[in-house]
Amino acid sequence: MKFLPSSPDERREMLAAVGVSSIDDLFVDVPAPVRAPGKPALGRPLSEIEIRRLFGELAARNADARSYAHFLGAGCYHHYVPAIADQMLYREEWLTAYTPYQPEISQGTLQSIFEWQTHIALLTGMDVANASLYEGATALVEALLMASRIVKNRRKALLDRNIHPEYLATVRTYFHNLDLEVIEAGPEELEGLADAGTFAVALQSPGFFGEVRDWGLAARAAQKSGAVAIGVVAEAMSLPLLKPPGELGLDIACGEARSLGVPMSYGAPALGFLACRDAHKRQMPGRLAGQTVDAEGNRAFCLTLSTREQHIRREKATSNICTNQGLMALASNIYLSLLGKSGLRATAIQCAAGAAYLREGIARTKGFSVPGRGPVFNEFCVKTPGPAEEIVRRMAERKILAGVPLARWFADRREEMLVAVTEMNTREEMDRYLSALGSLA
Amino acid sequence: MKPRREPLIFERSRPGKNGASLPPLEVPETIAIPEALRRGPIEGETEVTEVDVARHFTRLSRRNLGIDDGMYPLGSCTMKHNPRLNEELARLPGFAAAHPYAPEALAQGSLELMWRIERALAELTGLPRVTLAPAAGAHGELAGILMIRKALEKRGNPRKVVLIPDSAHGTNPATAHFAGYRVQELKSNANGRLDLSVLEAAMTQEVAALMMTVPNTLGIFERRIVEIAKIVHGKGGFLYGDGANFNAFVGIANPGLMGIDVMHMNLHKTFSTPHGGGGPGAGPVAVAAELAPYMPVPVDERNGDGTFRLEYDRPDSVGRLRSFATQFGMLVRALAFILSHGEEIGDMARDAVLNANYIRARLRDVYHLKYDSPTLHEVVFSDRKQAEKGVHNGDIAKRLMDYGFPPPTMSFPLIVAGAIMIEPTETEDKGELDAFIEAMRAIAREAEENPGLLAGAPYDTPVRRVDEVAAAKNLILRWKP
Repeated sequence: MKFLPSSPDERREMLAAVGVSSIDDLFVDVPAPVRAPGKPALGRPLSEIEIRRLFGELAARNADARSYAHFLGAGCYHHYVPAIADQMLYREEWLTAYTPYQPEISQGTLQSIFEWQTHIALLTGMDVANASLYEGATALVEALLMASRIVKNRRKALLDRNIHPEYLATVRTYFHNLDLEVIEAGPEELEGLADAGTFAVALQSPGFFGEVRDWGLAARAAQKSGAVAIGVVAEAMSLPLLKPPGELGLDIACGEARSLGVPMSYGAPALGFLACRDAHKRQMPGRLAGQTVDAEGNRAFCLTLSTREQHIRREKATSNICTNQGLMALASNIYLSLLGKSGLRATAIQCAAGAAYLREGIARTKGFSVPGRGPVFNEFCVKTPGPAEEIVRRMAERKILAGVPLARWFADRREEMLVAVTEMNTREEMDRYLSALGSLA
Repeated sequence: MKPRREPLIFERSRPGKNGASLPPLEVPETIAIPEALRRGPIEGETEVTEVDVARHFTRLSRRNLGIDDGMYPLGSCTMKHNPRLNEELARLPGFAAAHPYAPEALAQGSLELMWRIERALAELTGLPRVTLAPAAGAHGELAGILMIRKALEKRGNPRKVVLIPDSAHGTNPATAHFAGYRVQELKSNANGRLDLSVLEAAMTQEVAALMMTVPNTLGIFERRIVEIAKIVHGKGGFLYGDGANFNAFVGIANPGLMGIDVMHMNLHKTFSTPHGGGGPGAGPVAVAAELAPYMPVPVDERNGDGTFRLEYDRPDSVGRLRSFATQFGMLVRALAFILSHGEEIGDMARDAVLNANYIRARLRDVYHLKYDSPTLHEVVFSDRKQAEKGVHNGDIAKRLMDYGFPPPTMSFPLIVAGAIMIEPTETEDKGELDAFIEAMRAIAREAEENPGLLAGAPYDTPVRRVDEVAAAKNLILRWKP
């Protein structure tokens, strides 16, 4: 069904007002050689019933977290989204509104962004946060570019090797043409390697392989070299439980906040975030909602500092990004507000306690081991007897998505996988996981 | 009824309230994280119930205007109806609860959907491949320019300059800069078009690409597009098509035939995924065969046996531009929208162009039209007539809100002083357009008779005119406990 509300009579009346006899006359400037040779080969317009049927069939070919016991993570986690957080998104005032450039008709969106910025600042222990970014990897890129504006004329970014490999790969793509250099190192090596050429030191915690790190490792390396210290968080559900980057002297926190109210959706749309200290707020990229007053002196909100952005500054802009993840930030604001002080912490505790239980069980399972030594939050690495991909395949036959094989990123780590636990995993599921795993070895 | 003021959610918070609903912990509460790495309760975080949340966000929503409230004439933003079916489809558990690293054999639905939308977009652009990686239009621009850079590097010289007409979106120069290029601006001629002699003079062996928006931001189609492509290609450059305005000709004309080598599309414009108060977007990029090897990883591919896979091992790829593969949830909505129109998708562009021309015909006696060239899906007036009375486009924008309409895009493109850029889209019928036209005509009368009224507008919105200067001067970006 096409979404064309005009009636044939209305079209005729409008053509008469314009003074042409057919709509095609309006395309007079489109030359014949560039006209499409015929109708596009897209079939006839489909009805709602047909589209629902087709998409239902496609969706049924995916293994989803509702029909499988789900233990996948690696930067995308299966957390609960309360009914109200999603239902609220259906309201057309939220769903269909544009970017709030005109504050007088966008106070809802602007106040929600302002509230979300507050939540993110509280969670990260930072002073301020922006209105969101595309996703975690580009959030790290933006944080690094921001650091290069704060500490000028230096070329080196020192990055923890335990940052999500896809974030690292994204940084390399962006840096390739910008005359900036990436150096990867272990968390303990950061301090030794930081020097007068380093503009940023970035550490991820929990690291990609699950270990919780001391943010102080990045803070000390940055302090020694005069660089900007960046904390990367790929699992934001850890923030209510772990000491946040802002409390341990880091300058910028960035990463992925999708865990806080946004579904997995095969990877995206996700929800990048960036928070920083007061001193650096004018160097932040992306949109910012600020508080001000209206002509009658009442509290009002608007986008602010837009003179940094591309539509004003063009090639001198702080970033080429033109959008945030508005609807995802709204969902996340609803989620964070609802769970709040006690609910967030309780959820994080369930994740950590579940992971501790499963990890211990796997460590006891014959043929399997858990190589990591440091503390973990809700994810850990498992050494498998034989290729992890094969273990995952056989577990899937038992309706368990058992883990993410590391071979996807590391050709030399074929016998390892990441296993994640959230508040969605019951003890019954974990016990089933352990007995299934035991039967494989 | 004017919506009431609503406190911040943090101001509604009261100790002892709780909105979380969790099952009891079934395993021992053993957390093997040293005390030094753990934090206490987050002071200042909310303590509210679901009732508080329901009221708060419903009241806040009433302080917004959306597309179902009426026409949203923002030029260049293509604010069209968002079909509700598409929202439900994106929430099917097989999509919404699908993990990006599930084994490929168990993700065939996602992969086939990606392949289907790639084929549909390839068909509509007349270009063989489409990368689905970019998270938004500007991200797509970057992907496109990086692919061009890589292709030129392969030929031996990445070159130094990107040419951009002065009517372009601000993202174009920002993108070129982040891809390592210097920007050279091309002046439009008196008809609002690219001057071929200006292009010929600028198009040297140092130019990597010409980035142009088709039709341009005035809504004017470059009728000499084929010659433009020849000039660019003749000097070994690439033609980048900014597809922000694809809604003007989708299904009618073909970017591949125009000689365009790369074109990003904004799924949230032409293909109706909701704008959501500022994202999420999605910006797939269609490319010519020469550029296909350089697409960002991963790339969706079809296997010989009819199954699908993501390909990561592409040695010539520009690399990764994001985590995971694509804005998948937006692809679901956009593909549903494309299939709703099917081979008749050109009718969408036809009605969009008719609607814009109807507004142009009905308002040109009261608002100044700088360029008289034929226009497609949007029309750019200016405030020149009203400025004589001291009324500027910003005042017209604010006053329009009192009539219940979000304003058009103001002060863009930069080549029209006091620009008022109107794009109605195809999802308005004559009755809706007439209501908007009458409001614009009434404002033009007010500007003549009572200009002071406009300077104080808006009057009937949830807040009066907002002091944006004060916001930037005294930055308050969060609530504090």
